Amino acid sequence: MDRKTTENASNGEKKPTSPNADLKMEFSEFWQYSPAPESSDHIELKERYDLFIDGAFVPGKKGRMMKTINPATEEVLAEFTEATSEDVDSAVKAANRAYEKTWSKLSGKDRGKYIFRIARMIQEHAKDLAIIESMDGGKPIRESRDVDIPLAAAYFFYYAGWADKLDYAFPGRKAEPLGVCGQIIPWNFPLLMLSWKIAPALAAGNTVVLKPAETTPLTALKFAEICKDAGLPDGVVNIITGAGPTGAALVDHPDVSKIAFTGSTEVGKIIQKSLAGSDKKFTLELGGKGPNIVFEDASIDQAVEGIINAIFFNQGHVCCAGSRLLVQEGISEKLISKLKQRMETLIVGDPLDKNTDIGAINSRMQYNKIQEYLEVGVQEGATIHQSSCEMPEKGFFCKPTIFTGVGQSNRIVQEEIFGPVLTIQTFRTPEEAVEKANNTPYGLAGGIWTDKGSKIFKVSQQIRSGVVWANTYNKFDPTSPFGGYKESGIGREGGLHGLYPYVRLSANR
Amino acid sequence: MSTNTIPDFNTTVSIDKVGVEERVSRLNKRSIKKESKMQALKLALSMIDLTTLEGKDSEGKVVQLCRKARVPYAPMPELPSVAAICVYPNMVSTAKKALQGTEINVASVATAFPSGMAPLQVKLDDTKYAVEEGADEIDMVISRGEFLKGNYNLIFDEIAAIKDACGDAHLKVILETGELETYENVRKASDIAMYAGADFIKTSTGKISPAATQPVTLVMLEAIRDYYQATGKMIGMKPAGGIRKAKQALQYLVLVKETLGAKWLTPEWFRFGASSLTNDLLMQIVKQETGVYQSSYYFSTD
Amino acid sequence: MSDRIEILKTYKTYVGGKFPRSESGRTYPIRDVDDHIIANACRCTRKDVRDAVIPARTAFSGWSEKSAYNRGQILYRIAEMLEGRKDQFVNELQRGGMKTKTAEKEVELSIDRLIYFAGWTDKYPQVFGSINPVASQHFNFTSPEPTGVVAVISSDESPLLSIVSLIAPVIAGGNTCVVLASESYPLSAVSFGEVLHSSDVPGGVVNILTGYRKEMLDHLTKHMDVNAVLNCITDKEIRKLIDENASISVKRVHHYPVDDWSDDTHENPYLILEFQEQKTTWHPAGI
Repeated sequence: MDRKTTENASNGEKKPTSPNADLKMEFSEFWQYSPAPESSDHIELKERYDLFIDGAFVPGKKGRMMKTINPATEEVLAEFTEATSEDVDSAVKAANRAYEKTWSKLSGKDRGKYIFRIARMIQEHAKDLAIIESMDGGKPIRESRDVDIPLAAAYFFYYAGWADKLDYAFPGRKAEPLGVCGQIIPWNFPLLMLSWKIAPALAAGNTVVLKPAETTPLTALKFAEICKDAGLPDGVVNIITGAGPTGAALVDHPDVSKIAFTGSTEVGKIIQKSLAGSDKKFTLELGGKGPNIVFEDASIDQAVEGIINAIFFNQGHVCCAGSRLLVQEGISEKLISKLKQRMETLIVGDPLDKNTDIGAINSRMQYNKIQEYLEVGVQEGATIHQSSCEMPEKGFFCKPTIFTGVGQSNRIVQEEIFGPVLTIQTFRTPEEAVEKANNTPYGLAGGIWTDKGSKIFKVSQQIRSGVVWANTYNKFDPTSPFGGYKESGIGREGGLHGLYPYVRLSANR
Repeated sequence: MSTNTIPDFNTTVSIDKVGVEERVSRLNKRSIKKESKMQALKLALSMIDLTTLEGKDSEGKVVQLCRKARVPYAPMPELPSVAAICVYPNMVSTAKKALQGTEINVASVATAFPSGMAPLQVKLDDTKYAVEEGADEIDMVISRGEFLKGNYNLIFDEIAAIKDACGDAHLKVILETGELETYENVRKASDIAMYAGADFIKTSTGKISPAATQPVTLVMLEAIRDYYQATGKMIGMKPAGGIRKAKQALQYLVLVKETLGAKWLTPEWFRFGASSLTNDLLMQIVKQETGVYQSSYYFSTD
Repeated sequence: MSDRIEILKTYKTYVGGKFPRSESGRTYPIRDVDDHIIANACRCTRKDVRDAVIPARTAFSGWSEKSAYNRGQILYRIAEMLEGRKDQFVNELQRGGMKTKTAEKEVELSIDRLIYFAGWTDKYPQVFGSINPVASQHFNFTSPEPTGVVAVISSDESPLLSIVSLIAPVIAGGNTCVVLASESYPLSAVSFGEVLHSSDVPGGVVNILTGYRKEMLDHLTKHMDVNAVLNCITDKEIRKLIDENASISVKRVHHYPVDDWSDDTHENPYLILEFQEQKTTWHPAGI
């Protein structure tokens, strides 16, 4: 039997002997992965979702409904309620009652037990939550399954433990809850952002009214069901759905003691302004334009992987994305060539397929915005390069894109695109790298790649941002504080520091 | 790095351990199903260097192994044969005879395998003997002690000399990565081997634990990629030892596919040094064909 | 009492380590309790705000990168210099109408407060930083870093003690500041500038302006190169204005209404924390 007769073994090509031969790597011509979609048949979604107020699902007072679609198929997944200011008011009232009557009366230990219970129930429902997250938001199932949902559970687990240990959190101070927290979360990591908000708030003894984004309300509504199943006292967590006006009503409500917002810098500023004179505490986690600095002594293959992870994770819908690559001139050619090769192996497609690396852009609006920036980049004279991947016919998808030949003054370098679009600039000295890195109103996160420890410590100190990933990127952990400098926000979420925005400290003597 | 320029092996290509392992863990999440799975199982089967390297090896054992190499599973004669048989030098002629009329190669370990603790002349004689006996491929070991001492030129010269002694036989250079410990050493040894004339680089003898691992393999594949881009020459890769399950084999193929691309997905450029892997691949193939989970009783254990 | 005619001090501002007059050259009279003019203070306006933010920004990188130990020594040095000029400050406070005992106490408390914060410079990063036990193969730590340029809107009470209590935690934490001195009693603030000047505090770290708040506050709190505001004014409209102005560049605002500056509750490291950013650094751990 001749093995050459089998279909697969005949793939050997003539060995190129000249360095001038075509050295392009071929990633797509042989052995394609068959579709491996996660089944969504068993997912139970209601046709319409009411508001979750005071422990029950209740219809909105005006009965206005909105629709959420699957951005990969453009099909409607469910209808949900647009909460009016009246609805917001009843949610805040419920939260206030729960705060006064039950939650603030509970011991830290008992609060902790409820939060632990929620953590466990998220783990139990992990798979379904991951599928719903991918359907509603377009993110690849690999990420919702391996990152979003396990991390969301981990945040609840972490903060649950703090509930009865607050006396140890702030030296010399007694930590007391604030009351009702109004929380507004974005569409890029729906359940994960919910956990960043709700877990520390509850642990510190507050009650919550949370509004998920209008394009991704489903996991928050599923979370409401979990709260119910966990027996969480009525009104401790209230989930109200809607768009900007609903959020504004929550921000403006006089009985809310604290606002936590994650979203764009533009909206963050509006919220900060509308809170002026109110004495409400607030945390803002806003936009970014993260510099990712690669020095010539970096571990280059891991740096390439880090660059990919920095900008293409979650379709680039990441506030801390490493969207500005700064490469030292000596290695830029080699690095960019490796990067382009690596981009060829990225699979864009069905978010529910386990092999998908880049899913759907979250909404038509965001898709249009990204397309506009791609045009701007070309108009600004930058060189665009996109991977040659196959694209789905339906839905909102964007090819992984890099721009070379850009300058610091270009809009695509200055403005947050929030998509799979990377700009690449070169630098010559560490000082120049730091200067370019900091030359932005943002300061959320940045990356440094070098094999030299002392360079890492110096450069990371000089970068004005709340997170520095050295020789890694886009890592998250419940114990690790996250948040921005400058216009990227105020306050920290995660870790011990993430408790601080949810407490009032008084002298402990 | 310009063409044909030998790099300075005293400089180290830096490699971040955690980054390599994260990359492997991400690649391990590829889901290989349906047709792509069947295709990969058959491909993996065709890439096996079916190996027996024991002190108790005998002609009888080798002949039986060769039969397995030709027809891995009699009920499915359409399946590919394996790529090669890998034996000690004194078994080469037996294997060669048993495989006459097939395209299955005979590979021989040489150079005082597995330790390499012998003078160069002994290693050269060992190699020449195996080639004269008919070996198509020579699997040599590097002198790890000298490598760890920093005698990189000695390693380079030794490989170049063995390559010379190989004549037309293909040279696989075993780095014994389990004894090199760091990924940076693995990378350096890979570069030395390739620039010194290796046709293949191979992870392990199978006598040291850990043997082949996926992170080590990834580092070596990346070295092969960089060498290819610098010189235009393709070098083959052979992880060996510890690869027993079909699932692992598929994961290795994903590593190859996404690092080097389709050109390397052939027995000419990628091999598994393994023995028990064969049956697990066969069981999976039969499972895919019949939908019935298999038992080892039904698969020959030669 | 001798018959000698006293030399009256000209009060200027303290900006960038120098003592310039206001850009406009205008002054306004400072009166004692009996409504006698005791001095003329610079009436700073928009352009003085502009000119004060520039050195504050320039000084930031040098000051924030000084070792914590060094910053502590400099703060201690300020206390030493103030101790040496105690009489001058007591005198000045008396002329503003303060009783001798009260004035003495105020100066002493000011000195002690400086020493209190001097001691914090190399400790608060330990108290407020952390090593975070992340679940992956990474070493991860969080440490506080100064926010940047802080606008300090000071109080009209306890003119020396208040300004010391406000400036000390801000600069102990590595920030630089632009201070709007008390409108009605700015003299101690300006004299304190002289103490700073002679205490190894690099020029630009503290910048002190005098004048009418309404002519400066809006410009200062809107300024895009100001990162944070520490405000002691309790007036609701002013507070709201500050908050609104802060929002145009996401400034951090800490309102700090104080009745009694002598209270030792003002000695706590949480004031330093108000003007710190927490930076979290990740690095893989592997060979």
